[in-house]
Amino acid sequence: MSPDLLKFIFGRLGIDSLPFHEPILVGTFVMVALGGVTLLAGLTYFRLWGYLWREWFTTVDHKRIGIMYMILGIVMLLRGFADALMMRAQQALAFNGSEGFLPAHHYDQVFTAHGVIMIFFVAMPLVTGLMNYVVPLQIGARDVSFPFLNNFSFWMTVGGAVLVMASLFIGEFARTGWLAYPPLSNIGYSPDVGVDYYIWALQVAGVGTTLSGINLICTIVKLRCPGMTMMRMPVFTWTSLCTNILIVASFPVLTVVLALLSLDRYVGTNFFTNDFGGSPMMYVNLIWIWGHPEVYILVLPAFGIFSEVTSTFSGKRLFGYTSMVYATVVITILSYLVWLHHFFTMGSGASVNSFFGITTMIISIPTGAKMFNWLFTMYRGRIRYELPMMWTIAFMLTFVIGGMTGVLLAVPPADFVLHNSLFLIAHFHNVIIGGVVFGAFAGINYWFPKAFGFKLDPFWGKMSFWFWVTGFYMAFMPLYVLGLMGVTRRLRVFDDPSLQIWFVIAAIGAGLVFLGILSMLMQFAVSFLKREQLKDVTGDPWDARTLEWATSSPPPDYNFAFTPVVHDNDAWWDMKKRGYQRPLMGFKSIHMPRSTGTGIILAGFATAMGFGLIWYMWWLAALSFVAMLAVGIGHTFNYHRDFDIPADDVIRTEDSRTKLLAGAK
Amino acid sequence: MTVAVNPAQTGEPVFYLADEHPHPEGYSTSLGFWIYLMSDCLIFAMLFAAFGVLGANYAAGPAPKDLFDLNLVAVNTSMLLLSSITYGFAMLTMQQNKIAQTQMWLLITGLFGAAFIGIELTEFAHMIHEGATPQRSAFLSAFFTLVGTHGLHVSCGLIWLVTLMVQVWRFGLIEANRRRLMCLSMFWHFLDVVWIGVFTFVYLLGVLR
Amino acid sequence: MSTDTHAAHAGDHHHDDGHAQSTFSGYMLGFVLSVVLTAIPFWLVMSGTLPSKQITALVIMAFAVVQIVVHMIYFLHMSPKSENGWSMMALIFTIVMVVIALSGSLWVMNHLNSNMMPIHEMTGMK
Repeated sequence: MSPDLLKFIFGRLGIDSLPFHEPILVGTFVMVALGGVTLLAGLTYFRLWGYLWREWFTTVDHKRIGIMYMILGIVMLLRGFADALMMRAQQALAFNGSEGFLPAHHYDQVFTAHGVIMIFFVAMPLVTGLMNYVVPLQIGARDVSFPFLNNFSFWMTVGGAVLVMASLFIGEFARTGWLAYPPLSNIGYSPDVGVDYYIWALQVAGVGTTLSGINLICTIVKLRCPGMTMMRMPVFTWTSLCTNILIVASFPVLTVVLALLSLDRYVGTNFFTNDFGGSPMMYVNLIWIWGHPEVYILVLPAFGIFSEVTSTFSGKRLFGYTSMVYATVVITILSYLVWLHHFFTMGSGASVNSFFGITTMIISIPTGAKMFNWLFTMYRGRIRYELPMMWTIAFMLTFVIGGMTGVLLAVPPADFVLHNSLFLIAHFHNVIIGGVVFGAFAGINYWFPKAFGFKLDPFWGKMSFWFWVTGFYMAFMPLYVLGLMGVTRRLRVFDDPSLQIWFVIAAIGAGLVFLGILSMLMQFAVSFLKREQLKDVTGDPWDARTLEWATSSPPPDYNFAFTPVVHDNDAWWDMKKRGYQRPLMGFKSIHMPRSTGTGIILAGFATAMGFGLIWYMWWLAALSFVAMLAVGIGHTFNYHRDFDIPADDVIRTEDSRTKLLAGAK
Repeated sequence: MTVAVNPAQTGEPVFYLADEHPHPEGYSTSLGFWIYLMSDCLIFAMLFAAFGVLGANYAAGPAPKDLFDLNLVAVNTSMLLLSSITYGFAMLTMQQNKIAQTQMWLLITGLFGAAFIGIELTEFAHMIHEGATPQRSAFLSAFFTLVGTHGLHVSCGLIWLVTLMVQVWRFGLIEANRRRLMCLSMFWHFLDVVWIGVFTFVYLLGVLR
Repeated sequence: MSTDTHAAHAGDHHHDDGHAQSTFSGYMLGFVLSVVLTAIPFWLVMSGTLPSKQITALVIMAFAVVQIVVHMIYFLHMSPKSENGWSMMALIFTIVMVVIALSGSLWVMNHLNSNMMPIHEMTGMK
């Protein structure tokens, strides 16, 4: 074939784009390929494809989509954590003239990929998954407002993740750091595909995130069951509402920034260039307008989880519900007023820096109020130290430390010393791991029995807990020390041998966290094997307080046979206290949305379009775009998107639950 | 809503609806679409921010005064404004269930929209011909991106309009189609609102500078 | 926010698309107003009637704001009542966000430019 034709078909993708020269990557590829082939063969052998397609891939059930989000988050956690281990090992080794084991261009990709994956493809899916699963149940709804959109959003997130994973073996990922600041990320300094992978992965996933934000706002606003006023909503629903408002109000900013960056790279415009009047500083400004709300997007739902867990396991109504709600709303607004604290050192001058320094410090007030609310909820409560509660207490200790170092960094003169140092790295891992990750784990342990009908194994759960917590402190406390000594982030080799001991301690800490992750996987496996022992038939294993525990575990497709009516904040607690009798007859058919494959097909084309744009395969990009348009428009010609679950099916489901409940007593 | 046990007499709390009606189809659509428009609004806000920050960086290239023809912009603005009122007429006739007239007004709206896009493309072509390309300066990058994004939205609106016309033709003014026409109406008028910002801040203030 | 109670749910059954009923006179009034509100700024800029550029700029911005409000009321049928006030709340929230992001960006970038990028003063040939 002529080189022109090859270039047309494959764009800039060639044999040399495949990383044969990197033994680490080749090894990883072999492992992944073997694992993948085994998985595919297994699925084929057990004839699971049809089942997966019908029951999971095309489902519009918010519960299944929520579970798929969680699986995505956990799978990507393994990838992101592998990057973390490599970095820790590299930094622990690269002393005394040693170069470590990662060449510079690989190391740079590793720290970029670690940040991008952990934020966009671990934390976001975990948080979105929990919201998706829990919120409709907590508000007594049958599904979200736009079930098809929910499915589509999920697959778009997967599409983004697929692009990031593809960059591991086809080409390379960005070497720019997780926010890809120009001019480094511009075409002149990053001519390769790395930044393009970054851009299109985030754009594809970002569409999904924005749409799921709109969807959940509508769900919470429109689909609450009768009696559930705004001030009777569970706190987790409140924090979810605020998080989704933040998503809708901030992800468009990210979309624009990345679009402008891609125009710079593809068309040659001058937004963020150094010449022709462009301003790289504008990129930094814009991306942090998205970036700061993003951290609250992640942490607010975690706050909600901790609120539910604390009041459930203390056996008390949440202390200061109203103040909790207002604190959440205040944080939502304030999170838009602080973005500049990420670039105090860029030189805005005293007035600007003081304004943003002060607003940043103000945020600690509502957050502190929340902390006291949790403490007062526990005060004189009968606390049960189950796994979710353990994670919550670990969070309270850890997050306070992270919060205080954050206030320290909010002081502009201090920030001039600590900016981009390992102190900063320690700070944000302190709040993200201590807040978001611990929150997600508390949520997983708390709601797992709801989703699957059996509890998670407490022994392996505690193993995981202690490995994670001790590992976290060992890994990040040394970084505070190093940061105060002036070590900056993203360094690959070190000259000063006296620093090595701290990095070795941090690496050991990372090793402990690794054991924590393995224990968690073990916990899932063991719990599955012991599911009969750990079984819960009541639907309410924790003696909990909110509406999701009123239905069976796992809930039926329609969530509630009858739409609940709510009289109190702790709706289910109120129902239990006032002698609620589960209805045994009078079931009717239930109107539900129908599954559709359109979401996954559209997302598939979007991913293909991203791939085409990354590699300059213009025909692929154009073709996928047209296909997307055609499928999307075609979908609008389908007017029959609902069906009725016949009353007989409802009766059968509910009767079998009645039998189970009778057996349990 | 009827409830399971009659609460008024017994005073017993009611914990579920025995006889419920599902939410009507499209119950959340208009709020959902409105929230989408708000997110779109932020997209434009950021493009305006980029234009506001970079809009004076001509890099020794052409400035708004050298490029903008306000007469053309006025014509273009009137195209969009006319398309807004004709869309309004389409909505009014839709409320009266007059399919043929609705379709006619939709068609006229589409023609005005297409005229708008045509004029904008002519303007762009003229500017590029003069050497005022998006690559020439940060001002031009921001200008083309902001105005182009608006144009892209209008084009999407046109595709949507045609799709809806086909659907109305095939299925009539059924509830679902009415809802879709209402969403497109919000979209179309929203683009008109954005255009007010564009002609004021980009064209008029640009020429004034 | 706590006012959104039972009453709101009781009204769920009649289909409320959350929009004020549009009328011919409403659309026409909106149209005439926007034509006037568009024509005046164009005329002001093209004829240069007002004494200074700054005044002209302020006046046309004021016209833009008024015209946006007109469009919101007569074309988008915004009212405090639609969707139990949620549309209005979303709009107000968005306006707050837009104002923060726009004015903040201009403020921050202005400071950064004056502190860090003196080059622009030289190249910006106006």
